[in-house]
Amino acid sequence: MLNKIVMAMCATCVLSLPVIGKTLTIATVNNGDMVIMKELSSDFTKKNPGIELEWVTLEENILRQRVTTDVATKGGQYDVMTIGTYEVPIWAKRGWLNPLDKLGENYDLDDLLPAVRDGLTVNGQLHAAPFYAESSMVIYRTDLLAKAGMTMPTEPTWDFIEKAAKAMTDKANNVYGICLRGKAGWGENMALLTAMSNSFGAKWFDERWDPQLDSQAWHDTVEYYVSLLQNYGPPGSSSNGFNENLALFQTGKCGIWIDATVAGAFVTNAQDSEVADSVGFALAPNKGLGKRGNWLWAWSLAVPASSKKSDEAMKFVSWATSKEYLALVAEAKGISKVPPGTRKSLYANPAYMAASPFAQITLDSINAADPNNPTVDPVPYVGIQFVAIPEFQGIGTAVGRQLSGVLAGQMTVKEGLARSQKLVKRSMRKAGYPKK
Amino acid sequence: MSNNKSNKSKMLYTFFAWLISLAIFFPILWTILTSFKTETEAIASPPSLFLFDWTLENYNKVMQQSPYFKHFWNSVVISVGSSLLGLLIAIPAAWSMAFIPTKRTKNLLMWMLSTKMLPPVGVLIPIYLLFRDLGILDTLGGIVVIMTLINLPIMTWMLYTYFKEIPGEILEAARMDGASVGQEILYVLAPIALPGIASTLLLNVILAWNEAFWTLILTTVNAAPLTAFIASYSSPEGLFYAKLSAASTLAIAPILILGWFSQKQLVRGLSFGAVK
Repeated sequence: MLNKIVMAMCATCVLSLPVIGKTLTIATVNNGDMVIMKELSSDFTKKNPGIELEWVTLEENILRQRVTTDVATKGGQYDVMTIGTYEVPIWAKRGWLNPLDKLGENYDLDDLLPAVRDGLTVNGQLHAAPFYAESSMVIYRTDLLAKAGMTMPTEPTWDFIEKAAKAMTDKANNVYGICLRGKAGWGENMALLTAMSNSFGAKWFDERWDPQLDSQAWHDTVEYYVSLLQNYGPPGSSSNGFNENLALFQTGKCGIWIDATVAGAFVTNAQDSEVADSVGFALAPNKGLGKRGNWLWAWSLAVPASSKKSDEAMKFVSWATSKEYLALVAEAKGISKVPPGTRKSLYANPAYMAASPFAQITLDSINAADPNNPTVDPVPYVGIQFVAIPEFQGIGTAVGRQLSGVLAGQMTVKEGLARSQKLVKRSMRKAGYPKK
Repeated sequence: MSNNKSNKSKMLYTFFAWLISLAIFFPILWTILTSFKTETEAIASPPSLFLFDWTLENYNKVMQQSPYFKHFWNSVVISVGSSLLGLLIAIPAAWSMAFIPTKRTKNLLMWMLSTKMLPPVGVLIPIYLLFRDLGILDTLGGIVVIMTLINLPIMTWMLYTYFKEIPGEILEAARMDGASVGQEILYVLAPIALPGIASTLLLNVILAWNEAFWTLILTTVNAAPLTAFIASYSSPEGLFYAKLSAASTLAIAPILILGWFSQKQLVRGLSFGAVK
């Protein structure tokens, strides 16, 4: 009798082995596209019995600090991490990420947009799969521009933007010609200013890694930016980030907003935006020097080397960034809610192109972004709105504080850039630059 | 005439007290009001204070999207657990410093306090590695221990200040009657110092409840408290202010209620000896 019980218990154990699943811990941010991924994740668990999902959703800066600590110390707390184009090359070179070599036969790597794929590829291998990607573009009010008797060119110059902003400004009615990021941070005002400075012919470092923040080109960039916002921007611009400007634009307070292409879906959504039916899009402005002020960013899913469930994690990454997932979102939430900017096939879909008036500009902006040659003159670094070195988070934010102070009127452009140059020089020297 | 003058100055003080209280409470009130708005109303400019369509939709969505009660339970365990454990260590420590001081006691107290002056991020990596190697990352036990250690200097200081006001002769009398150290603390000191112990406990529950560095860094899923719950509603790209406000309101409500009911003890404990 005892034998039978033991045998039955063993059989139960063996039979239940595939059912006793593995739990994947996924770290992500609370962006709309990620919220939808979480909602639809039952599709993955249904297709992969035995794999459970646990979600850790955090604010972007906390997430960055949390996952960086974990990946650097091989803590092994996460199996899938949401990281950006900045982290991927740095982490991959240090061996902190597993190459994504098991995404499955049907994944169709060649369908990924080349600029996005290149940014996530290190030593010829993809180290993170893009979940959604963005560049930056001009978002403007067609009704206000028409009232001013002007037409937005497809490829506007910064001079045109200034003229249009001036013409659209109506401070008596709380309408401001231009809204730009002013909040300090390497991913906030410095994302815009670095991308913008590229089009003005500026650069962070010369080929010997000497900081160039006190150059004439940087001076011209910041002078233009400050003058534009101080004359035609909303009050308190120095504390505005993406969300603050989105709120201003959606409530009809901005004539032109230059920011992430992902904003296209928000401002044209009639449920949230009061100006949804009078929004136009154009490529990021240029200064006639051959570079536009548009950036490139991809929120991507990566598998840390410390994960003990690497195979299962890769299955999840493959599911969440596949063509099938895009179809699933289109079916469940509507075609305009599909995560943008990652796959060629999405932009070959007439239904998506018809439903998303910003789609063509998004595609053109992403395709035009060249992180390997971001500036007018050659530079030793990769990255458009950032410099892909570990030190950039620190120096980017420190310079961001100075320039936010300049915008707030606490110091002159010259003073702000001189201080920035000094602190970047000091930090880079401490970090061992110029590299021999 | 002088009565009239005193009434006027009393009214003036009351007015300023209300003004300051309202200024301090305003961000909390604003958060609570925003939690009942739609996302569109939450960003409306000019904003409406009370005249909007009140909705519970944000609370509904927040409760659906995240396991609120799990986070709530974790917060209770972390804050109450670390405060009780802290008291167990801080009471004997404060007793010895208050009643058997040595010439190094003052230095010791200052050294304990100096650990609070170090930015937590300065010891992030060693603590994280320690937690990883001990296998206590994302465990309630681990978080209770770290929260105890973080708040221990404050607890010891508060209790030391409180114990210093108690005449040593009372404890001496107990000793003469043959009480052991444990009995002296448990049956003589603790009952006399109960208000001070209670306010120390309450203050530390609040501090541990609101702590948002270690609780976010050292937890992922199992031990994540309400601070992680709030952090999950902040978004870099997308407007979720109303939902974030609903999550914040749900997270601060328990501690606000606790603070409201225990304010007398808290004020008494914090201001004890301040006017001597």
